[in-house]
Amino acid sequence: MSTGTSIVKPEMPERHFLNDNYGIRSWLLTKDHKRIAILYLLSITVFFFIGGIFAALIRLHLLTPNGEMFQADTYNRLFTMHGVNMIFFFLIPSVPAVIGNFLIPIMVGTKDLAFPKINLLSWYLYIFGATFSLIALVSGGVDTGWTFYTPLSSGYVKSPVIIMAVGILIVGFSSIFTGLNFIVTVHRMRAPGMTWGRLPLFVWANYAASLIMILGTPVIAITLILLALERGFHIGIFDPKLGGDPVLFQHMFWFYSHPAVYIMILPGMGVISEIVTCFSRKRAFGYSFIAFSSIAIAVFGFVVWAHHMFVAGISVYSALVFSLLSYAVAIPSAVKVFNWTATMYKGSVKMDTPMLYAMAFIGLFTIGGLTGLFLAALGLDIHIHDTYFVVAHFHYVMVGGMVTAYMGGLHFWWPKMTGRIYPEAPAKLAALITFIGFNLTFFPQFILGYMGMPRRYWAYPPEFQVLNVLSTAGASVLSVGFILPLFYFLWSLKYGEVAGNNPWQATGLEWETSSPPPTHNFHEIPIVTKEPYAYGEEGEEVPVVH
Amino acid sequence: MAGQVDALYLFLVLITTFFSLLIAILIVFFAIKYRRTPERQAEQIHGSTLLEIVWTVIPLGISMVIFVWGAVIYYHMERPPANPLEIYGVGKQWMWKFQHPGGQREINTLHVPTGRDVKVTMISQDVIHSFFVPAFRVKQDVLPNRYVFTWFKATVPGTYHLFCSQYCGTKHSGMVGDVVVMTPEDYQTWLASGKAEGSLASLGEKAFQQYGCTTCHRPDSGARGPNLEGLYGRPVRLVDNRVVLADDNYIRESIIEPNAKVVSGFQSIMPTFRGVVNEDEIIAITEYIKHLAPQEANPLNNRTSPTQIRDSEVPNIQEHQQQQNQQQQGPQGTKPVNPSGKKP
Amino acid sequence: MLTEKKVRRFPLSTSQTTTTEHHPALAHQFDSMEQQQDASTFGMWVFLLTEIMMFGGLFTAYLIYRLKYYPAFVAGSTSISVSWGFANTLVLIGSSFTMAMAVWSAQTGRKKGQVWFLIGTMILGAAFLGVKAKEYYDKYEECHIPGVGAGHQVIGKPFNAWGGCEIKNPKLGNIAQEIVEGAEKNHEEIPLAAATQTAKQSEIFFGFYFAMTGLHAFHMIIGLGLLSWLLLRANRGEFNSQYFTPVELGGLYWHFVDIVWIFLFPLLYLISRHQHGA
Repeated sequence: MSTGTSIVKPEMPERHFLNDNYGIRSWLLTKDHKRIAILYLLSITVFFFIGGIFAALIRLHLLTPNGEMFQADTYNRLFTMHGVNMIFFFLIPSVPAVIGNFLIPIMVGTKDLAFPKINLLSWYLYIFGATFSLIALVSGGVDTGWTFYTPLSSGYVKSPVIIMAVGILIVGFSSIFTGLNFIVTVHRMRAPGMTWGRLPLFVWANYAASLIMILGTPVIAITLILLALERGFHIGIFDPKLGGDPVLFQHMFWFYSHPAVYIMILPGMGVISEIVTCFSRKRAFGYSFIAFSSIAIAVFGFVVWAHHMFVAGISVYSALVFSLLSYAVAIPSAVKVFNWTATMYKGSVKMDTPMLYAMAFIGLFTIGGLTGLFLAALGLDIHIHDTYFVVAHFHYVMVGGMVTAYMGGLHFWWPKMTGRIYPEAPAKLAALITFIGFNLTFFPQFILGYMGMPRRYWAYPPEFQVLNVLSTAGASVLSVGFILPLFYFLWSLKYGEVAGNNPWQATGLEWETSSPPPTHNFHEIPIVTKEPYAYGEEGEEVPVVH
Repeated sequence: MAGQVDALYLFLVLITTFFSLLIAILIVFFAIKYRRTPERQAEQIHGSTLLEIVWTVIPLGISMVIFVWGAVIYYHMERPPANPLEIYGVGKQWMWKFQHPGGQREINTLHVPTGRDVKVTMISQDVIHSFFVPAFRVKQDVLPNRYVFTWFKATVPGTYHLFCSQYCGTKHSGMVGDVVVMTPEDYQTWLASGKAEGSLASLGEKAFQQYGCTTCHRPDSGARGPNLEGLYGRPVRLVDNRVVLADDNYIRESIIEPNAKVVSGFQSIMPTFRGVVNEDEIIAITEYIKHLAPQEANPLNNRTSPTQIRDSEVPNIQEHQQQQNQQQQGPQGTKPVNPSGKKP
Repeated sequence: MLTEKKVRRFPLSTSQTTTTEHHPALAHQFDSMEQQQDASTFGMWVFLLTEIMMFGGLFTAYLIYRLKYYPAFVAGSTSISVSWGFANTLVLIGSSFTMAMAVWSAQTGRKKGQVWFLIGTMILGAAFLGVKAKEYYDKYEECHIPGVGAGHQVIGKPFNAWGGCEIKNPKLGNIAQEIVEGAEKNHEEIPLAAATQTAKQSEIFFGFYFAMTGLHAFHMIIGLGLLSWLLLRANRGEFNSQYFTPVELGGLYWHFVDIVWIFLFPLLYLISRHQHGA
């Protein structure tokens, strides 16, 4: 329970979800959302490192301006596969499929998600889709850019586009089913007393992301189906030689792919809400505003897609509308940042590793988000579109934002998931290394972009070399920051300090149950009477029903 | 124009720096000032609606300033200048081809004079490319099957990078070149020095004859094809009574898909020249057609059904023309610059 | 204990009974059959919403091109058989009726009704697919299967809608001719060259035709699979008035597939077709 320091050393519970059942079948046929979360954790980590290796190769290649390391064709495949793997096979599942899957049923106070078998199906769809990606990889890799613009991808390249498109399509359905599961669970399976207004902000954030998942992903599905049909059967919907419109492809593609970035960031923002409140020991400042901002981001996120297309040949009037709306979507994110900052005010702040990641998120996401304003400004976007400025912007929000939040969440809930605490000193070191490496890698790219270096360039004019070298230097530091956790997390499984129910003394239903939790999450279903983040009311017990 | 872009950029850099530093300093400051000690008790603050309103309205206000500023610059950039120097560009995997009105052709280099608006009308022969000159702060995706344009006025002589900035395949990063800006005198010298085979319009005239267009497109009353003199930039009535504007895209479409828009009073017997005439030749032919002056004596060719419509027949012709302007690019106006070779 | 507290209707887990026995079909994560039924139906509606987004994307692209190439799409619509399309519409509506009856039978515990109505639905669904196969075969014979460019055709012979089809009879599938004749009946004159141009553009129409009806047929096939599984379970007597959720969900899915067709049929076959078309 959430009392002060306990004299008794915590012990691992005797039976919990990890040891309840042994054998490969009990894992591959599990219906337990927590085991499925672990399965996802392993799978997406593999793809994170695959994507990461491509990133490393890209940065190494870009040390010299004349493209000495790889052929142009190879380089084009490297950046495409980096993008595809990172976005579809790491970022989009990351927080929802790992942390969300693990925590949402516990956070709402129920035994499992609404549809556990569909949850397992989601994971199998992920693996199935990922297999296609690997097949595409060993067939040489795709070289269209992750954006697959036509007519290049529909009629000009010889790489395995259809295989890759099918893989993404399948993993899209994995995402759709996860979102569907979350929505039904939050609507229909909350514990007694768990009203919408008492839900943790992590649940609100994942709920909003789930709305996007179910509404947006089907559109990329049909877009990729049409692309595959065009490549496979030459039906010419996007082929200008037949009268098709390549800009239509861009509209359909970005109609999903823009909201997709909010699928990626919203769950991360949910993580931050949980960490900042716990490590400031304060209720969230402006809870309703943070909750409704999540929904607002989801809604506005659907109406801004053509801001990726300002120079693509859309009309001036369209461009004006989309630019205006793009500013609207930035506001709720700003509101969240201010609310998190205010949550720390007059709190009792402990800078443990999760909090370090959370603070890094707030700073880096602010920079990344604000650079989005540059891109939304029409006259300026003409200059910086398709340059390294864009690359820097999205890496700031995706890596500085999303991956940082994911790492913070992993550290925060690692004790809950495994029953062990990671070692704090190496963790803090890794966080620091990551922060330094990240900024060194991507800040120079803003400057490169404004100077005019275009994206996806295998070779570049020599005046851009210094900044590229800086960026690569940063990347080598960043990679260390990401590899270290692999080691100490694994180490902690055997040698880490036993966590006990609530090592952080946090509020939230997940901390009321054991670490790791039992297979059915709770020994007794809780009844919720307290406000969320009811810090400062220590000693009050949560009533349970027998 | 580039200066205005830089000014907006600077403003945004200041805003970003200010707010990033503000947030960063605040969170670090709070983390230190309110760090956890055994005595420290966090103060549970619910929120403050006033603060929420303040920090919603202020960012919204700043955003609107940025939006308007960006929109104004953009609007100015998207409106084609009057009387520009017209250059035509064709992007293909993996090179840029430019044609000057005097017939000079360049590959991967573009010579322009200072002090003159230069309008580059472009099309792609294959995939989507993008014409990007960082020094001028201009960029425009170059699409297949459709003309797009961008324009700039160079002020300082020098050589500037030209990049392709829309990934287009293997040699995307090789599709680079130079924009060479010269003083007007040097530019004239350069123009004269090249082995130009004739002006672009005269090249177009040659192609027009070579492909047999003169067989049908004649000004006499027995011609099987519409008379093209004075056609460019004017509205045309089609068989289904639609009225369209004879701009670059119309002329190109008429060469490639001639029966998509059949002119009123004519049969659709024109064969397609897709695959026969390439983009460079289409550009030259269009330039030639632009220079065909209308016949003053007999504007209607003695035909019973008009091909070109008199101004008085089209209601609100000014509005009509302006609408068409805003969609693609402006027509060059009804007075040809240099009537040359108008007789087939 | 729990019943003393006044709780709101949601969350439903408050409706758990205090008895220890539970229905054999109650899944472990739910507290009551009512909650399970409610959550499952809600889940199916959410899933159908995602399907609407997917078909919606396809329909939007179709409509955009229809506006862009209006005459070609009109010609294409005219060339597909409205009689067969209408027959298929009746077949599907009939199958939705039998499906609804199957759900009702499950709700009222009529095992025979469940089985026979499910079988009826499957037969009608199969009939639909059979008609579709015939229509596709007709398109094959008329050389209306799209496939851009010489040497690129994947299925059948190269697309030819202007009188050169070599499969059965060059007169079949001559859309250019149909356009000319259609215009004549309206006392208009459209020259053959213009009609040929339009017929060439109709290849995009057929691309959409196959994509849209193909995606729909794919969903029908999956539906048939679901129905067979339901039939198996119904035959084993698993469904009754306390537990009929799978049949209800199957019904929702089947009705959705029917509704997609109700949109497809007018969009592809009906709107703006010439009165004198085949």
